[in-house]
Amino acid sequence: MKSYLNVEDTGIEFPMAQGSFRALRNVNLKIERGEFISIIGHSGCGKSTLLNIIAGLLNATEGVVLLEDREVREPGPERAVVFQNHSLLPWLTVYENVQLAVDKVFASMKSKAERHAWTLENLALVRMEQAVDKRPNELSGGMKQRVGIARALAMEPKVLLMDEPFGALDALTRASLQEALMEIHTRLGNTVLMITHDIDEAVLLSDRIVMMTNGPAATIGDVLSVKLPRPRHRLTLAEEPAYVQARAAVLKFLYERERRPSEAAA
Amino acid sequence: MAATIVKLKRDHAEAVSAATPAVAVAVPASVAPRRSIGISREAIVRLVLPFFTFGFVIAAWVVVQTHIAPELPTPAAVAQRAAEIFADPFRDAGPNDKGIGWQLLYSLGRVSAGFGLAVLVAIPVGFLMGMSKTFNTAWQPLIQILRPVSPLAWLPIGLLVFKAVDPSAIFVIFITCIWPTLLNTAAGVRAIPQDYLNVARVLKLGPLEVARKILLPAARPYILTGMRLSLGIAWMVIVAAEMLTGGIGIGFYVWDEWNNLNVASIIVAIVVIGLVGIGLEMVMNVLQRRFDYTAH
Repeated sequence: MKSYLNVEDTGIEFPMAQGSFRALRNVNLKIERGEFISIIGHSGCGKSTLLNIIAGLLNATEGVVLLEDREVREPGPERAVVFQNHSLLPWLTVYENVQLAVDKVFASMKSKAERHAWTLENLALVRMEQAVDKRPNELSGGMKQRVGIARALAMEPKVLLMDEPFGALDALTRASLQEALMEIHTRLGNTVLMITHDIDEAVLLSDRIVMMTNGPAATIGDVLSVKLPRPRHRLTLAEEPAYVQARAAVLKFLYERERRPSEAAA
Repeated sequence: MAATIVKLKRDHAEAVSAATPAVAVAVPASVAPRRSIGISREAIVRLVLPFFTFGFVIAAWVVVQTHIAPELPTPAAVAQRAAEIFADPFRDAGPNDKGIGWQLLYSLGRVSAGFGLAVLVAIPVGFLMGMSKTFNTAWQPLIQILRPVSPLAWLPIGLLVFKAVDPSAIFVIFITCIWPTLLNTAAGVRAIPQDYLNVARVLKLGPLEVARKILLPAARPYILTGMRLSLGIAWMVIVAAEMLTGGIGIGFYVWDEWNNLNVASIIVAIVVIGLVGIGLEMVMNVLQRRFDYTAH
């Protein structure tokens, strides 16, 4: 039976000056509706490449990506992306950044007043309703990323794709954004695919953690189900055996089975 | 604008001549320490130092005039000439005798026309060069060859093609303005982060929407810098162009006064050209503050 999102035998090869570079091979992944999936792996293992293929920003050279049985060939708002460096447009205010997406996606479906309300609703969802008239350069990194999430959520995506969304944030800001993301996920039940290099973040947020082998020609090494009840709380979780086990399993994968290439060579 | 500058200058001149030198020097010195909160030391220094420089230049001028080049007019003679010129800047006594205000307006008109046309051409072409590697490869060598050429070299071509003075001068300004605006626009488009374009792709913006909502605003700071450079150079080039074309305009005025051996007028014109240049710079500053999101 087909799942909600299917990545089937997907691989990609980039043409280079000499020959070609194979980044991914034989990637198979099935994601159900409402699942929260993290992809973890060492840098350069092709996590972003995989996410970009699902987003449609890159075209796979082999295999196929199916979302609700329809082939993904190009980017689109039903697969909204939260980029690592937020990529808000600096000449627009917070409101206008979200409005740009809302106006484009719901041009024919919602009236002007409805679009306005929807823009504000999504900004309220990430607690940025106080800063609607600010420009990105007046915001902290965490606030920018909140707006980035609001912009993506406002497109009502079938899958929310997040490319190391909290990678550039300090630990405290990161924690508060993780809380916000969990809250939103509980409330809206989105399907989320998130890249991270933070093991705790992966265990805290995900239903399943996809662990990738080292590149070149990376693929999925293992998939770990995180069987922790929701809602999850960071403080109580730390002592729970299932949490500790999951954490240890990811650590083991990353530092025993798939050691960083530079360390392996040394 | 020229008129207001004149008025300010005159008022200032009167104020200075009314006060004795001793008082003029004593005032800031005695006031400054007590009003330390009102006017900062730095602000006074910023005002006073340029005055010393101006004073030094005028002193040097007097020395050169008395000992080396007696043909030069004295500062007093120039001031008197300035008073005459600005008494009626918009005098119009036939085609060969117009006030400096008219001369400036004609020059500014040519600069605006050439600059405006150049911007209209340079921004779209710059966009093409920034977006398409093929287009860039095709055009870059031609632009590299033409860019270092003095725009005045194009004047004869303009005269040949247009057979009239005015369009030729505008053509020269057009050539002057096109390169900096074009190259900056292209650089600005090339510098647009891939992320912005990815946002556009995820939103499925059409080509026109991408240009209007992403590319143009993203490249705007570069475009404005190019326009600012263009306008600055254009104001320098127009003086030379008008010296060659004759007729009317501030450049012609300078040349005409040279033919009349009226050097005092030329010195007045030099100062006025400088002040108008500052004015143009200020206009671009305002534009840049208004439209450049990086300047906030």
